[in-house]
Formats: sequence, structure tokens, C-alpha cells
Amino acid sequence: MELELRGITKRFPGVIANDDVNLTIKTGEVLALVGENGAGKSTLMNIMYGLYHADEGQIFVDGNPVTFETSGDAIAAGIGMVHQHFMLVPVFTVAENVVLGVEPTTGLLGKLDTAEANAQVRDISGQYGLHLDPEALIESLPVGIQQRVEILKVLFRDAEIVVFDEPTAVLTPQEIEEFFNIVESLKASGRGIVFITHKLTEALKVADRISVLRRGKTVGEADPAEIDEIGLAELMVGRPVQLVVDKAPSQPGEPILSVDQIHAVDSSGRTLVDHVSFDVHAGEIVGVAGVQGNGQTELVEALTGLRDVITGSIHLGSEDITHATPRDVHRAGVAHIPEDRQRAGLVGDFSVAENMVLTRYHDDGFSTGIKMDWPKARAVAADLVEQYDVRTPSIQTAAGNLSGGNQQKVIVARELSRDLELVIASQPTRGVDVGSIEYIHSQVVKARDEGAAVLVVSTELDEVMALSDRVIVMFRGRIVANLRRDETEHNDIGLYMAGAKEQPVKTDAETTS
Amino acid sequence: MSVTDSTTPGTDAYVGMLESMSRTPEQKRRARNLGIGYFVAAGIALAIFVRGDGGTSTFTLGGDSSIGLPGIPLAWLCAIVLAALGGVQISRGTAKLQSALLAAATILFIVTLMAWAAAGRQFSLTGTLHDALKAATPLVLGAIAGILCERSGIINIAIEGLLLAGAFTSALVGSATNIWIGILAAMAVSAVLAWVLAWLAIRFHVDQVIVGFAINFFVLGLTSFLDSRVLTKNPQLNGTGTIAEWEVPGLSSIPIVGPILFEQTFYVYAALALVAITTWMLFKTKWGLRTRAVGEHPKAAGTLGVNVLRRRYINVTIAGAVAGFGGSWWTADVGRFNENITNGRGFIALAVVLVGRHHPVGALMAALVFGFTDALALKFAILNTGIPSEFLELAPFFVTLLVVASVGRGAHVPAALGKPYEED
Repeated sequence: MELELRGITKRFPGVIANDDVNLTIKTGEVLALVGENGAGKSTLMNIMYGLYHADEGQIFVDGNPVTFETSGDAIAAGIGMVHQHFMLVPVFTVAENVVLGVEPTTGLLGKLDTAEANAQVRDISGQYGLHLDPEALIESLPVGIQQRVEILKVLFRDAEIVVFDEPTAVLTPQEIEEFFNIVESLKASGRGIVFITHKLTEALKVADRISVLRRGKTVGEADPAEIDEIGLAELMVGRPVQLVVDKAPSQPGEPILSVDQIHAVDSSGRTLVDHVSFDVHAGEIVGVAGVQGNGQTELVEALTGLRDVITGSIHLGSEDITHATPRDVHRAGVAHIPEDRQRAGLVGDFSVAENMVLTRYHDDGFSTGIKMDWPKARAVAADLVEQYDVRTPSIQTAAGNLSGGNQQKVIVARELSRDLELVIASQPTRGVDVGSIEYIHSQVVKARDEGAAVLVVSTELDEVMALSDRVIVMFRGRIVANLRRDETEHNDIGLYMAGAKEQPVKTDAETTS
Repeated sequence: MSVTDSTTPGTDAYVGMLESMSRTPEQKRRARNLGIGYFVAAGIALAIFVRGDGGTSTFTLGGDSSIGLPGIPLAWLCAIVLAALGGVQISRGTAKLQSALLAAATILFIVTLMAWAAAGRQFSLTGTLHDALKAATPLVLGAIAGILCERSGIINIAIEGLLLAGAFTSALVGSATNIWIGILAAMAVSAVLAWVLAWLAIRFHVDQVIVGFAINFFVLGLTSFLDSRVLTKNPQLNGTGTIAEWEVPGLSSIPIVGPILFEQTFYVYAALALVAITTWMLFKTKWGLRTRAVGEHPKAAGTLGVNVLRRRYINVTIAGAVAGFGGSWWTADVGRFNENITNGRGFIALAVVLVGRHHPVGALMAALVFGFTDALALKFAILNTGIPSEFLELAPFFVTLLVVASVGRGAHVPAALGKPYEED
């Protein structure tokens, strides 16, 4: 089978997501589609899968023009998709999720043939070495296994072309290896694979062919044998890019943040943060690695006063901030770049200027009594926009209308533009373009060099490795490793992240000295 | 060797620490509140029941069998047991026995209450249970309508309006033709109203709670208006006659169970059958799998080619028909329509959905609790207990508040409930 997208154009209000894009996929090969966030990769795939409809252009299957009104049409044509955000019903079993929409039934009333469904799932699972239990509940499975359920869904529908949208984003390094093996076996079985990613090393590793999208246009095709990471990055961004973070060795000083045996639970009593202890010293960057959902979010919430801990203590210098409110924590000199900028970092409908003073409208002379001093706030905001290179039409523009990278820069400007003891940056570059990543990383390093203690939490292991002087690994709410960056290997961290390895107890004094 | 184990002073101490920590502040607060609740109940027993008329109350069980209960000693027992339970609950908690003890205490309290109310007189226990099942019937039907909507992701707060529309339509059409045609017309009218709710919610993304309220008030206003302007002036349009009870041959002669279960109108049998059918359909068929998928994760269903919006339209419309049938229960019961005859039972049905955890069998259980409250309140009014009749009418709502507050957020609600689904 050969699938061709010809001259695809898709416009959304204010943006052209795809602009005259051409792409051909054949069975038996792996095509990597690379591009920055917002380059139009996902839009293109949604068009191919019948979820969006192109404004212009045509799709061809084996040379015949086709129209996909719904995803059902695309499935019938032999196209399958593994979405970035899994499309699984958490309270259903593996088999129920797999057969949904094409359920085997008995009798006239449509009674589900559960035994048949389980048998079929077990069968395909065995064929491709997916090791899935058809009767397991989705919500009880780790993310890596859930992804295999998604793959099984696609195989169950006899897809000849399988699209993976950012499949490695949620996986540990070991799971990524296993995932690549699955991709190889799919290719060997004669299927065509489209692998959407912004991680260039992965594209170079598995692809037979690489297509590059930039601002909605196909800007080039590359043969992985003939191009390297730097060349590909340049093609993707449109200018030379620096891929490593430029920083001097750290000069750790006194401990600034001291966390001692903190423990946090959710409302039903389930442990989220399990007796965690560590220190962050002045002038060092500590990175927290871990697969999403292993307590990092809750740890940051506990440190910033957003979540109460049951036991343990948190000290900032000599000050006890264990039960401090978020405002107290902020006043004590802690900057917080939250993991979800739209939910926790910004008010999307507020202007850039309003967002810039969100954490201190009550301080610093921005208000007298109940009256805000807007001219002063606007003057400060204008300065910050200039200083932190925020690309916005004006400071009165609603923050929600900026690109992801510029939204993040508004937060960075607001949080880092004051005297700081501690910087807590959670997923600081998630969904941000390469140019902004470089900039945000340099600002984080600058904060360290000016003597702040820095805690960076990221599920992107590359980011943790690039920024950190010391790496902490979290697994199921516990710290399973606390290592010096320069004595650590990528793969080693991967084993800790997967819970396959645990470091013997060491005090902070031993790891930092 | 893990990081935490090595810092542990001793295994026993560690286990103890874990146990005390496994109770969250939330759980501790709940346990304490429950203890206070026991003391309040014990206080009521001391203040009211112990000072009752005295005398033995006789509970009849149909036929010649009966049980006699001495009021005052029972009241003392109830007060002492509840106070003791409250003490234990507050001081050290009752751990795993908490739910079982609460159920036992509730039954003891209700029995004491009945003995107090019927002191020196006869109290037909089978009759009360028969009436409880009867009163639960429209609640079950309303709740099944709610479950059909909510399982597919649409909040239907308009159950009350759909019931009322069903009651009015069956009375009007039933009087002009016959009651069976009236019932069919009620199902049709409520189905159309429910479809309007689905249409506004799905097509225009109008907030589902607001649409539901609009429908409730629209139906209440319109039926009240038509009742005073049309039905009152044309009495021949408001008299259907009632549907009589049908004794199931054989089964109705079983002692105790027979008079309760098998001497009812066909509404009771239909509601029980619908509970079984809906359960089977929801959890054993293709239709049910898709319905639940659409309510939990519509995008997952949509990307697999399931038509999410059509599924929601169909489910909500069927739910409307079920609610219309439920509404006709009032007409079949009293033989005519009165203004606001449903009197908030549609809202109790919503509580029944929640307390029954969106499961038809759970809803039946919850509806029986409310039906029992209803029947008891009615009995107390007849027994002339001195409790003001206004308060007795409030009892079902008061119990709803108590039960919903205590069941609270423990229940799993369909994840996509109330969220509009957009097809691109």
C-alpha cells in the first residue's frame, strides 16, 4: 500500500497549520516526520486520520483519490494511529479498549463475546511479543504498557500504515528501546510506520527516511545515513542551533533548600511523595528525573506551599517553610515556574502586563490600599518584555494569544526578575520552540551563577542531563538515586527511572563533596 | 535495601507508623463526624423516644403473625448502644467494621423510631414495606433515565420536568382515549423534551445544568397553566381511573414476601424488569460498552469510529421515554393530574443515581431507602405521632441530604460527564 498526501493546506483562525504539504508513505518503511512544536505535524496526521478535513489538497491510496470523512473511514482504508495522549478508557479492560467499535458479539441483542475478545487480544499480543493481559484494567497499567495497548488496537484493525504521534515522550529509556524493537517487528511484518517526533536522535536511529516540517511547510527530506543531528536541527529550526547547554562547573555553597523526610498523600490516602529527603545548595542545579506521574508534581506542590505534607520538614536557609502558604514561600525568595503554564502559570485572558505582576500586585508599590497603580505595573512589564525577549505585539495582548515559547518567557521573566534564594522550574521547556529552549536554559544557568539554588524537574531526561550538576531520580514517590551529574550515564538513570535499580543510602554530604 | 527501610528504628514501630498514616486527615475527620452523629442520635432517643407513651407496639406481618416490641426499654437500649458506639468511634475509630456498625445502628434507630410512633397500637410492617416499594417505583424509573443519560456523558437535571410532563400527558391523553394510550403519549412527549435537552447541549454546547433547569421550569409552568385553564374547566379531560394492583398467581401467597413484592401494580414489575435489563445492557452488550466509553472517554470512542454524538442523542431520548413512563405512574396511582404532582421526586431520583453509583441495581437499593422514608412518613401522619405533617413531607428530602452528604465523593462518576464533545 502507498499513501500519498498531495498539496495539503489547513487553516485555523489566524494560522496556516499546513501549507501545501506533500508526503508519501509506503508499507515496509519507517518515515520520521520531524518538526518543532507547532510546525503542523499533528495537524497533518489528524487530516490523514480523518479527524480534521483539509481546506485544500487530496489524499491518495495506491494512486486513487480518497476522502476520509471520519476516522472510521481512515481505519477502513488501513490507517491506524497511536495518539500522543492515549485514547484509552481507564475503567475498561485491555480487551474492552481494543475491541471498542468492532466488538465481537453473539445473538441478536448484541451480547459481547468477552471470551472471543480476550482470545483475539491474547493471540495478537503473543504474535508481536506485546505481553498484554486482556483482562487487566487500563488504570492499573504503567504508561509503557498502555502504549502497547494502543499499538494492539491498531493491529487489531489490520492497519497497514501506523502513525505514532510523539510515542517516546512518556517512556523511560528502557521502554523506548523496547518500543523501537516493536517498531522493527511491525516494519518486518510489512507495515508502514510514520514516526512523529521532535527528538532528532530517535528519528536518526529508527527512520529509513526523514521529512522535515517547519511552520506548516515541508522544508526537506533527509536520508538518515547522510545527515547528522546538527544538520537536521538546522533544517528543522531554519538557522544554526546550539544543542548543548553552555555552563561552567558549579560552585556549590551553603545548602539553601533542605527537605527532610517529607510525606504527602492524596485524599484517599494513597502515597504520592514517600519520605523524601534532599538538599539543594547555593550555586548548583539539581535535576529531578523520573517518568511522569512518579511524585514529581506533588513534590513541587509541597515545596511551593500548594500541597500540605503529613510529616517531615522543608527549610529554606534557616526558615521553616513546611506549612507556609504559597505567598509566604514566594516572599521568602522562591521562584516557581509551574509545569502547566496554561493551568497554573498564567491567566490566559489577562494581558501580558497583568500576568507580569500576578505574583506581586500587592507588593513593591504596585498598589496603594485597594487601588492598583497600573501605570507603574505597565512600565515594569514593558521593561521585562524588553529584557527577557518576549515576542508580543504589545504588553496589552492577552497572554493566551502568545506562542508557547513566549508564554513561557513571560513566566520566566516574572519569576526570575527579582532577588532569589531558590528557583523551582518544573517542565520549563515543555511545548516550547528550540529558540526559546536555548534562552530559558541560559536564564536558569544564569540564576545559578548568581548564587541561587536551582531545582529543575523534567520528564525529558535530556533536559535533566543537560542542565543539572546533580541528578535525583524519583520512582513511585521515592528518591531512588541522588547522583553527581559528571559521574552518571544516561542508561544508568534510565534503570533508576524504571525502578529496576536503587541506590544504597547515601547522605547528601557524600554526594556533594 | 531501600532508602526508607534503613532509616527505620524498628519494624514494628514502622508498621504502626504506616497504619496511623494510612488514615488521612480527611478519613479521621469523617470518623469523628460519624461519632458525633451517633451521639446526636442517642440524644434524640433519650429526649424523645424514652419519654414516649410507653406500651407495646405490635408489628403485623400479614396474615395472623405479629411481633410485639416494648417501647421504653427499646428506647433505652437504643440510646445506650448509640452512645457507646459514638464513644468508641471518636476515641479509637471502628476501622473495618465502620460501615457494618453504621448499618446496624441505623436499623436499630429506625426500629426504635417505629416502636415509639406506634406505641400501644398496631403497625403493619408488610403494608409499610409494600408502600415503600410502591413509592420507590417512580424513583427507580427516574433514576434509570438519569443513568442512561449520565453513563453516556450528559447531565440530565431535567428528570423532574420529564416526570411531570409524563404525568400531565398521560392524564390528558389517557382521559381522552384510555390510560394505556396515555402512557404511550407520555413516553413520546418526554422523549421529545429530552431530545431538546440533548440538542441544546450537544449542538449548541449550552450548559447542561442550565438547560435542565430551564426544562424543569418550563414544564412546571406550562402544566400548571394548562391544569388551571384547561383541565379544571373540563373535568372530563382529567380522569383516567387508576390501574389496579395485579397479584402474581402463586407468588403472592408466599408469606410476608408475597404481600410486599407480588401484590403490586405492573409499574413495580416493569421497574424491576428495567433494572435487570438495563444492567445487562450496560455491562454485557456492545451497546453498553459503547455507551460507557462515550461517557468515560468520548475521544477514545470517537477515534475508533464510534459516533459519539449520535450515541448521546439516542441515549438521552430513550431516557426521556423511560422518564415519561415514570411520570405516568402518578396518573395511574391517583387517576388524575394535580399541579406539581411529582413534587420534587425527580430531584430525589438524581440523588438516587449518585448514591446508587450510576448502577441500576445500586439505584434500586437507594430508591428503596427513599421509598421507605416516604412510606414511613405517610404512616406516621396516619398514626398521628404529633410530628407536624409539613415536617413529615420534608423527611425524604432530609434523608436525601444526609445520604448524599455521607456517600459524597466516594462514587465514581463518568469522567466525561457534562463536558461537550467536539467533532473537528
